[in-house]
Amino acid sequence: MTFGQLRDFLGICVVASPAILVAILGITPLIGRSLSERAMARCTQLAILVGLFSSLIILGLMLFFGVRHVPIEIGDWVVIPEQHFHFHLKFIFDRLSVPFAILTFVLCGTIGAFTSRYLHREPGYGRFFLFYALFLLGMTVSSLAGTIETLFLGWELVGLSSALLVGFFHEHINPVRNGQRVWCVYRIADAAFLIAALTLHHLTGAGDFDGLMGSGSWPEGQATISESHALFVGLLLLIAVAGKSALVPFSGWLPRAMEGPTPSSAVFYGSLSVHLGAFLLLRISPILEISWPLSLVVIAIGLISALYGSLAARVQSDVKSALAFASLTQVGLIVAEIGLGLRYIPLIHMIGHACLRTLQLLRAPSLLHDYHVMEDAIGTHLDSVPSFWTRVLPNQARLWLYRFAMERGYLDAILDAWIVRPFLAVFRWSDRMERLWTDFLTGGDSRESDHLEHHIPSPEEFL
Amino acid sequence: MPELHLPWQELSILLPLLGGLVIGAVRHPERARILSILLCSFTLIATIGEWVDFSTLHTFEAHDHWDVIEWIFHKDLFIVDELSAPLLPLAALLFLMTVLSTLRTKINRFSFQWTLIAEAIVLATLSCRNSWMLVTLLSVATIPPWLELRSRGRSTRVYVMHMGVFIASLIIGQSLLDVSAADSTGAIIAGALLTLASLIRSGIIPLHCWMTDLFEKATFGTTLLFVTPMTGAYALMRLVLPIAPDWALQSIAIVSLITAFYAGGMALVQHDARRFFCYLFLSHSSLVLVGLELVTPIGLTGALCVWLSVGLSLAGFGITLRCLESRIGRISLDDYHGLYEQTPILAALFLLTGLASIGFPGTVGFVGTELLIEGAVTVYPWIGMTVVLSAALNGIAIMFAYFRIFTGTRHKASISLKARLSEQFAVLVLAALILGGGLFPQPGIESRFHAAMELISHRQQKTDAGQGHPLSAHAASLGIPKAVSNMP
Repeated sequence: MTFGQLRDFLGICVVASPAILVAILGITPLIGRSLSERAMARCTQLAILVGLFSSLIILGLMLFFGVRHVPIEIGDWVVIPEQHFHFHLKFIFDRLSVPFAILTFVLCGTIGAFTSRYLHREPGYGRFFLFYALFLLGMTVSSLAGTIETLFLGWELVGLSSALLVGFFHEHINPVRNGQRVWCVYRIADAAFLIAALTLHHLTGAGDFDGLMGSGSWPEGQATISESHALFVGLLLLIAVAGKSALVPFSGWLPRAMEGPTPSSAVFYGSLSVHLGAFLLLRISPILEISWPLSLVVIAIGLISALYGSLAARVQSDVKSALAFASLTQVGLIVAEIGLGLRYIPLIHMIGHACLRTLQLLRAPSLLHDYHVMEDAIGTHLDSVPSFWTRVLPNQARLWLYRFAMERGYLDAILDAWIVRPFLAVFRWSDRMERLWTDFLTGGDSRESDHLEHHIPSPEEFL
Repeated sequence: MPELHLPWQELSILLPLLGGLVIGAVRHPERARILSILLCSFTLIATIGEWVDFSTLHTFEAHDHWDVIEWIFHKDLFIVDELSAPLLPLAALLFLMTVLSTLRTKINRFSFQWTLIAEAIVLATLSCRNSWMLVTLLSVATIPPWLELRSRGRSTRVYVMHMGVFIASLIIGQSLLDVSAADSTGAIIAGALLTLASLIRSGIIPLHCWMTDLFEKATFGTTLLFVTPMTGAYALMRLVLPIAPDWALQSIAIVSLITAFYAGGMALVQHDARRFFCYLFLSHSSLVLVGLELVTPIGLTGALCVWLSVGLSLAGFGITLRCLESRIGRISLDDYHGLYEQTPILAALFLLTGLASIGFPGTVGFVGTELLIEGAVTVYPWIGMTVVLSAALNGIAIMFAYFRIFTGTRHKASISLKARLSEQFAVLVLAALILGGGLFPQPGIESRFHAAMELISHRQQKTDAGQGHPLSAHAASLGIPKAVSNMP
């Protein structure tokens, strides 16, 4: 077997292993043959080990042969040659994608092992692992995508699995509402992504990152589009990034996402999913380099998000929300670093932060126990020293900041008041007009659904 | 004209038609249900046979072997072509799935006889290219829902008014077209009337209220089978596309785009699951119209793909809702129902079909939606982005409905609500088609692209012939420029 063949085989293994896992966990319940907990955990372990070791071997081969850019062509998934339309499936292993893919497998493996015990005998065990497998597939595809369409494919899978896992405890209303909120933000962000992808496709004739970045491998590539186009596409992608990484003004969904089970919170909003936006920025970094206004906007959003996250994290009353905002602070800084033109530092920052935050989130349920252990060890209570800002700022300003942070910057309230409610009000008004029109045509009440007893209760509900 | 090897078309139309007449005499509802399932299955086999047979001929159009209708009327009334070949099995599948998923508790309310007759009419419509025959079939198809509304004692006024205008526009428009000279004002009016009829049948705003009204008052099954085969879009393709100039088609595309966005927004504010489904369907079917009227190879290919994917996925979505309704009654979206634990398979199908309809990656609608968006953005760079926003709204609406129906609480029931065997079969078939089409899209895209190119070239030939394009010359005299299209 030649180097090329081995490389292609391993590359396909990296992507195929989570895909097969999704197929196994998805099809078996549909045909009424649900797997046991042990079988699901084993399948997950196997898929992750295959993916991880394949990635590691590819990394080893790249280092050994001194290759920095390994494209794996799967071929055209869809092609219309006459119209030069093709949906090209291509994965690239380079200095950006390989560390991120390995990070994905390592953290997903850790979380998988943790969850197989954490959710033992929970009714939603199978559902969790199915969504988790979808997430793993989405992350792997996004990390290794060689074309913007492929990246979009993975991006969407990550979004769906996130929303469904936020609503994991679906017999309660709050997780479900929050899942819906997350989904709404993701859909808006995805719409921006899709428009950007189509625009790029038009500008470069293909969605291939190689076409976009010229001949150089990451991070040395140079964009082949004009500055104005770069600004337009970049701003659209920045909306997508802000949505996925919970940057301002979309930060409101991040603490809501903590309604999900702790393992999914750790892997999604502490470590991987929340960094996917920053990863996208790194992937399209050549675009940033040719448009300084775009870079400025990126820096501004990053710094504002970091400041916002830092303020909000200090006043949270539950550990998961505090960690969520702490994550946002770091992600904001990473985004600002990318805007400043740094490439390797944000990548290292991302990897380090993801690992730390996963550990913190996994330890979050036993935080009080950890505090007790620490206090037992030092033999006294932990000190609570007022911070520098507490001492410096006047009381009025501190109160204002506290209120601002407690209300999470009023971001959700602003989005609701200025966008969601007016939007829905227009359609509610249209609905009323339609009712008047059909009532007029009917010559009376036209909507039976208003008077139906919607839910016929079961006898048990009267007990 | 090339011939199929067997009279598949006649078989697929006569089987449900005769079956419908026979079932009228069957007193026992359960027997009628089983007989209907068998007849719908045989009809589906006939339509699949027709599609496969047609594919082997490698031609744009073909008609039946032993064409009795041609022998009687001396006209090729029923012709299968690249546009209709996959639509026929799709329509037959929708009827089979609906009949198959009708629970025993509902068989007294759901008319199998009229369902089979409606199937015959739909299949005949989709097999028909003769203008007058198409006008007749489209008009006759409006009768079964009207009869059902009457038999249920519901007000038929909204339905009758809209369908009255629809039928009148069809008949007057086609008559005017037959008698008008090519460049006359009469031809313009004829085209406008035929367009109006197609738009009413497709539910384009503000002519859509009959559809929401029908969903309110008729049985879900009947309404589903009346709207999901999208015969309005078919009428537009057959009656309007060949004669309308580019500017007219692109105007229809913009109106459809507005409808897609409007209906997507309206779906978000509905309180009743049926009305929600209606708007969701309207939004998607309008997106199909957007692509059809772009008349560019990519846009048209996308629209033809989305036609199939939306037909399949939203019909599956509707069938799932219908299955749920037959368990707990009309579903309010104001409440959380928490049905997941009781009906996990239906929940999975609901999500899968919903996601497929919005073109989620890995499902049958993904590539078609991408093509459609690309086509729309190419022709209207800014307005075309509304397609993306509409798709985003639909995605939000679908998840909203999923959460409301399947989550939020724990539904208690004294009897098992799990999917029955026949429903599970329907679920598996739909899931296989949705995922299979999503993972291996190339054959479908190739076939639809070929169909799109043929449709464009047929239209181009008529335009080039000059005389055959009654409206364009008049449009030019009115100073309306010919729109730039991306024809090859």
